[in-house]
Amino acid sequence: MNIPKHDVLLIGGGGAGLRAAIAASETYRGADIGVVSKVYPMRSHTVSAEGGTAAVMREDDNLDLHAYDTIKGSDFLGDQDVVEAFVKEAIDEVIQLEHWGCPWSRDEDGRVSVRAFGGMSVKRTLYAADKTGFHMLHALFQTSLKYDAITRYDEWFVTSLLVEDGRVCGVTALNIRSGNIHAIGAKSVIICTGGAGKIFPFTTNAAIKNGDGMALAYRIGCPLKDLEFVQYHPTGLPGTGILMTEASRGEGGHLVNSKGERYLSEYVPGKMELGPRDILSRSFIHEQHQGNVFEGPDGSYVHLDLRHLGEKVIDEKLPFVRELTRNYVGIDPVHEPIPVRPVVHYCMGGVHTDINGATPISGLYAAGEAACVSLNGANRLGSNSLTECLVFGARAGQVAAQHAADTDFADSASMAKMAQDEQKRIETQFFGNNGKERVANIRDDLRKTMEEGAGIFRTEDALKATCDTIRTLKERYENIGIDDHSRVFNTDLVNALELGYMLDVAEGLAHSALLRRESRGSHARSDYEERDDENFLKHSLAYQTDGDPRIEYLPVTLTRWEPEERTY
Amino acid sequence: MSDLRTIKITVLRYRPEEEDAPTEQTYEVEFRDDWVVLDALNHIKDHIDGTLSFRWSCRMGVCGSCGMMVNGEPKLTCAAMLRDYYPNEVRVEPLVNFPIVRDLVIDMTDFMDKLKAVKPWIIREEEKPVSEGEYLQTPDQLKDYKQFSQCINCMLCYAACPVYGLEHDFVGPAAIALGHRYNLDSRDEGNQQRQHVIASKEGIWECTYVGECSVVCPKHVDPAEAIQQTKVATTTNRFKSLVMPWGNKK
Ligand SMILES: Cc1cc2nc3c(=O)[nH]c(=O)nc-3n(C[C@H](O)[C@H](O)[C@H](O)COP(=O)(O)OP(=O)(O)OC[C@H]3O[C@@H](n4cnc5c(N)ncnc54)[C@H](O)[C@@H]3O)c2cc1C
Ligand code: SF4
Ligand code: FES
Repeated sequence: MNIPKHDVLLIGGGGAGLRAAIAASETYRGADIGVVSKVYPMRSHTVSAEGGTAAVMREDDNLDLHAYDTIKGSDFLGDQDVVEAFVKEAIDEVIQLEHWGCPWSRDEDGRVSVRAFGGMSVKRTLYAADKTGFHMLHALFQTSLKYDAITRYDEWFVTSLLVEDGRVCGVTALNIRSGNIHAIGAKSVIICTGGAGKIFPFTTNAAIKNGDGMALAYRIGCPLKDLEFVQYHPTGLPGTGILMTEASRGEGGHLVNSKGERYLSEYVPGKMELGPRDILSRSFIHEQHQGNVFEGPDGSYVHLDLRHLGEKVIDEKLPFVRELTRNYVGIDPVHEPIPVRPVVHYCMGGVHTDINGATPISGLYAAGEAACVSLNGANRLGSNSLTECLVFGARAGQVAAQHAADTDFADSASMAKMAQDEQKRIETQFFGNNGKERVANIRDDLRKTMEEGAGIFRTEDALKATCDTIRTLKERYENIGIDDHSRVFNTDLVNALELGYMLDVAEGLAHSALLRRESRGSHARSDYEERDDENFLKHSLAYQTDGDPRIEYLPVTLTRWEPEERTY
Repeated sequence: MSDLRTIKITVLRYRPEEEDAPTEQTYEVEFRDDWVVLDALNHIKDHIDGTLSFRWSCRMGVCGSCGMMVNGEPKLTCAAMLRDYYPNEVRVEPLVNFPIVRDLVIDMTDFMDKLKAVKPWIIREEEKPVSEGEYLQTPDQLKDYKQFSQCINCMLCYAACPVYGLEHDFVGPAAIALGHRYNLDSRDEGNQQRQHVIASKEGIWECTYVGECSVVCPKHVDPAEAIQQTKVATTTNRFKSLVMPWGNKK
């Protein structure tokens, strides 16, 4: 039985996946790398990142300052050894990307430019106008084309991780075009599948961000760490959730309430518009309660005002913001303020890994937004996550390649058999039974309950209700029926499989949030308003069981920074 | 925006397991004022007919997945407002000039091969170690190629290009523009290596300068300009080499 095999197999071709693939192929000569991606790599959601990517580049900055900003931003839940490694390696990574052709914006003297960003005490965010993720992803993808050792499986959808004798030995994947399920063998598998914003109704995330890789790991017994931490970005367009990048505030934009006040002076006087996202998003809710917001067909909103920046700065630094607002809300920010409200944006939590991206399961690694290496803790600082994809993508790629060098492939025949079983499982579950439940209905109900229970402010009662609802949604999922029973490019089936992943991640998230009886970073409990270092200066680990998930805890690694009160 | 209106959407259907040739199907969709064509397709898929297949992801005009023919014109369906078509009906078809895989999904293998053929990566005789820092590049040097680096690979220009429609060997607008982008980058020294693809018979010389590619491009890449610039540069170089055949160094 012949099945394709690779020393290192990437699930995901976004920023993290491509960086890891290149690192793996450079770690040892002759390493054979596979990249499986459910969309063509340049469609990955890294493409939509706008504002920039952080690294210490200037004389007024230093590693300790970047580390401290990140740790304070994380509300002291970031592992400090991880943060220290991150800030150090960030510099080479962004320069490496410069060498690979990324068109960074430049100062007159030819050096890459840096801009201000939320929670960063000096300018350290590199950018390519306001299409940073787009340019980074295309630079990485185009560079990856020159590596003959990398084989791509474009539009293949991973349905499970293959496990033998307690180690991961490959994946099963649906070739979306043919409709066949195949086994792909691997000595090391790296999950780089991105975040899970789509389990919420209102998000900046693309259709493809459903937590697939988190669920894949969870299902084979790998814990998901700190899932309860979900970042709301303070400035999304009402209705569509399209992001207005934080760079618009970094460049000097103001947030203004319905009374015409820059209301952040009440909440983060020292930082104003450049305060961290969790605090800014909560400030919006407080303003809402006081009736200081505008009301529109898509809920309340405040104004992001860029008018004083002038047309030249807007066109040079924020052209995409202008393009998006003109196209989608018919507003020209040169002349009018932009309506914005908080929107689900980023998952701090994910597949539990160590500082190198290794999970507790042999042969399994993770990096990027799908992973939780514990850089971001309870709240990520804007522009740290693109850099995270580079630094920890590279680390995971290297370590996975080293592991592959001392490992053998599992037996092909048994992997092929597992793929046959998987094909049968999927056919029976989705084509065999005449279920009555529609994917879209369960999905809508899931999103609604997530917003109700696990939104910006959370309570015991609401979270319990959400946990209960998720349980019934999982039961309904057993009775799912899909319209499309054909093979070729069956996106109905893909959506149904994704819904399964979403339910698993939502379950882990809601239960982790229920048990964290404190407020920290993005996790704000109205019934436990204080941070509680005595009981909760630790990471949560959610394990899947037959019933509700089991939640365990892991201490936070502190090196040089003692937890202190987090005020700005 | 609660005022809902109803619009007729006719889509091309093709299910290779069931039918030999494409057919069409019409749906009626109630839409909100801020809906784009893609929202209507998603509404159909979620609530009326789950068998309709199409590609999409970002819904913000940047991933390049959702290009289709809308009333005969290549468009990003996530950037085409329904209200601009109402009260007329909207016809949605897969991008022309590509084989259809299923419904609104086309086969883009040829495009991917062409992207790779122009070697879209920085080529240097000697690579500078990362430890020596960044290459300096002034804002003016950046400006030289910036426009050509904005391509989202949506392939609308291939659907609009009459030459590509007839001559599938033609490297085509986006790929040539991408090669040109690297040729113009002050960090790059790969011009010679790209020339045999870009300046070949199937490259720029195939183009008859219809310019439709630049008209439909949603990101103002202006591939026609890239082709024109390359033609001029190539011609100048050829004349130069006639004058000084030995002076062929870069
Ligand atoms: C609108 C927006 C703006 C942002 N701006 C910034 C910013 O300015 N700065 C910053 O630092 N961060 C920003 N972020 C966050 C940052 O962009 C992301 O965290 C980061 O790009 C994630 O990259 P990734 O490689 O982990 O995942 P992605 O880029 O999402 O890639 C995931 C990959 O996994 C593949 N995949 C998923 N599931 C499967 C499956 N089942 N089978 C096969 N393949 C699969 C997908 O095909 C894709 O290739 C922004 C995020 C958003 C949404
Ligand atoms: S050049 Fe323009 S139309 Fe052509 S693929 Fe690129 S972005 Fe699309
Ligand atoms: S869905 Fe991404 S460009 Fe339209």
